[in-house]
Amino acid sequence: MSDTEAAITQAHHEEWARVVAALTRRFGDLDIAEEAAAEAFVTAVERWPADGIPPNPGAWLTTTANRKAIDRLRRENKRDDKQKEARMVYDDDPPEPLGAIDDDRLRLIFTCCHPALAVEARVALTLRMVGGLTVPEIARAFLVAESAMGQRITRAKAKIKAARIPYRVPSAEDLPARVSSVLTALFLVFNEGYLATGADTDPLRHDLTAEAIRLTRLIRALLPDNGEVAGLLALMLLTEARRPARVSAVGELVALDEQDRGAWDTALIAEGHRLVRERLAAAAAGVAPGRYQILAAINAVHTSARDMRDTDWSQVLALYDQLVRLEPSPVIALNRAIAVAELDGPEVALAAVDRLEHKLDGYHPYHATRADLLRRLGRSRESREAYDKALALAGNTAETAYLTRRRDQLR
Amino acid sequence: MRYLVSVIDDKITPGSTDRQPAISAFNERLIAEGHWVFAGGLAAPDTATVVDSRGEEAMVTDGPFLESKEYLAGVWVWEAPDLDVALALAAEASKVCDRKIEVRPFQ
Repeated sequence: MSDTEAAITQAHHEEWARVVAALTRRFGDLDIAEEAAAEAFVTAVERWPADGIPPNPGAWLTTTANRKAIDRLRRENKRDDKQKEARMVYDDDPPEPLGAIDDDRLRLIFTCCHPALAVEARVALTLRMVGGLTVPEIARAFLVAESAMGQRITRAKAKIKAARIPYRVPSAEDLPARVSSVLTALFLVFNEGYLATGADTDPLRHDLTAEAIRLTRLIRALLPDNGEVAGLLALMLLTEARRPARVSAVGELVALDEQDRGAWDTALIAEGHRLVRERLAAAAAGVAPGRYQILAAINAVHTSARDMRDTDWSQVLALYDQLVRLEPSPVIALNRAIAVAELDGPEVALAAVDRLEHKLDGYHPYHATRADLLRRLGRSRESREAYDKALALAGNTAETAYLTRRRDQLR
Repeated sequence: MRYLVSVIDDKITPGSTDRQPAISAFNERLIAEGHWVFAGGLAAPDTATVVDSRGEEAMVTDGPFLESKEYLAGVWVWEAPDLDVALALAAEASKVCDRKIEVRPFQ
């Protein structure tokens, strides 16, 4: 890659959201903002190789995109609300000051993750408007046809416009609830990258995990005092740190007890642990932690252990107990049972898992967990049946390979 | 920006019937804060009549156009600067009416 190409790629990563956000503020229209930003990057690809990289790429791109947007509005001057557009074209007023946490990009994220939009639309729109991913890229990531993904994004943008979803950071009282909607969207992006579904995709999608981490870092920079943002970032970093050890050379998922811990990314672990310690200090001062902070703490316990046996399981269990109180979901109860198996043995854990059957029968980790517990209890026939059920539901190629080998090892 | 705010009742598990004083107080507030445009409760869906005059003769049919568990019990039209304002009011309206509320922008 030439220096110019590298500079354009870097500018796309660093400046896309800023350019789209600045144009959204000025023109009040996501379509105009997005199209003009895309045109500005096309112009950069044409001009930078000949003219050289501008000293301030972000400012160059924003200015160029502004001009493109104005050109477009003038061309389309026939459209009905001429006056409103004319006002936007000449509106060079600085934005109204909105407090310390205000940032155009933050407003853009909150608009894309508005609770009035469907969750899938929030994820797609965030990746498009904030992450700068193309519609085909997003469609591939979620195994949806390009036309369907395009429609989902178009419909969401149309609703923002027609229902007048504001381009604004929510007020202090609404902020915690609205941040949680943003974090849910980012966690979905991350999870799809960490255990990708589909027979034809890579089992791990580093592009998606990296994007989710990058966007969460952005939120973290904009909302440094929010504990759940720090918690989600820590959770993602500590999970991502184990990625190099998670799939074997033959493409099989490697369970936590068999992972080569020497392959874990120590820099990511150190950063994740730093964030968890920061949240522990806040908890000690009386700030109750939310789900992401507790999940991050559980992952901090795992990444602190030299091997599986060395893991402080009573600490893990105590954290799960805390999580169950906060969010009594069957999936959390299932994960808690895995810690119970390490402390009280597979029999006790199996009893707890079996109680979840009616809620989790269609969830493959339920059957995979049961299969493992039955295997440890020497109940091979039942274990094999459970592996079969898990395999029928699992969608990740590396996980399928792992479950198949485990099943076939049973006598 | 105007929003049509629909009150959704449910035949199987209807909302409580003692809401009128609370609704009146809420309406006073909508008027005082400049959100009020129009409002009205509707008679039961089986009082509806559907007219179809697209053919040669007007066809008059008894009953609502849609038989469903949920039905429209009343409407407001609100003036609000954006959806967040309308949704905050709708959250209160839902409590006040003890029913679900749909918020939909006018074109």
